[in-house]
Amino acid sequence: MERIVFYILALIIVVFAIASVSSRKILRAVIYLLFVLMGISGIYFMVDYSFLGAIQLAVYGGGVIVLFIFSVLLVHHVELELEVTPLRKKLIAGAVVLTGLGISLWAILTFPFQQAAAGRTIEVSDIGHKLLSVDAGGFILPFEVISVLLFAVMIGAIVIAKGKKLNK
Amino acid sequence: MIEGISIYEILTLSTVVFFIGVYGFFTRENLITILMSIELILNASALNFVVINTYLYPDFLQGTVFSIFIIAMAAAETALAIAIIINLYKLVNSVEVKDTDTLKY
Repeated sequence: MERIVFYILALIIVVFAIASVSSRKILRAVIYLLFVLMGISGIYFMVDYSFLGAIQLAVYGGGVIVLFIFSVLLVHHVELELEVTPLRKKLIAGAVVLTGLGISLWAILTFPFQQAAAGRTIEVSDIGHKLLSVDAGGFILPFEVISVLLFAVMIGAIVIAKGKKLNK
Repeated sequence: MIEGISIYEILTLSTVVFFIGVYGFFTRENLITILMSIELILNASALNFVVINTYLYPDFLQGTVFSIFIIAMAAAETALAIAIIINLYKLVNSVEVKDTDTLKY
């Protein structure tokens, strides 16, 4: 049963990812990206990391996608179609990507991973304790750095987006 | 851990998503769609962190914490990049890569 659900999710993710990088209507591409992100959060739920799945849904499905839709609606006409990429560029990119994919897949599939016997369910409190722990192996410093980063990004985004119109 | 699914299958999935993102990054010519390809790449790497954590080292939490950091960084990067794109649109009235060459020469 879980096998089937995983394969359905994987199919959804791959199909909509391809649609998202190849669709010529930009708003549709954003919505396809939303489906990909929701599929990945589905995989987080399946491996029992419900907290990460919820974060993925809230931050990506709720925040990032809305930002994308806003910017698309601000700078494009909705019906506008993107320019067609030249076939030569597509072929070169496809060759590079297929080579990289082949090498990576070969490296992954031939590496002998030693899977652990049984997983345990991760509680949200475990993640919280780990994030705020000051002992060895705790993550309090990166946590604080991330909070400073988010603050700086807030100020930076406001300052940059307010910028003056120079061509007048 | 998903019953009946080995780590190889999930790593294959995340690798495929990563390289689809790379393909979009190479072929797209619009700043917003390039940013969407970067989101795909970041998501695939976050999925890798989670999968390796849960399949190989289920008693540790490092992969989960790093995925949370990746998600926070990705959100910050998107907000900043979209601010820059909107400002750029005010300046040059376009978000195509070929039109944004003011700093090039």
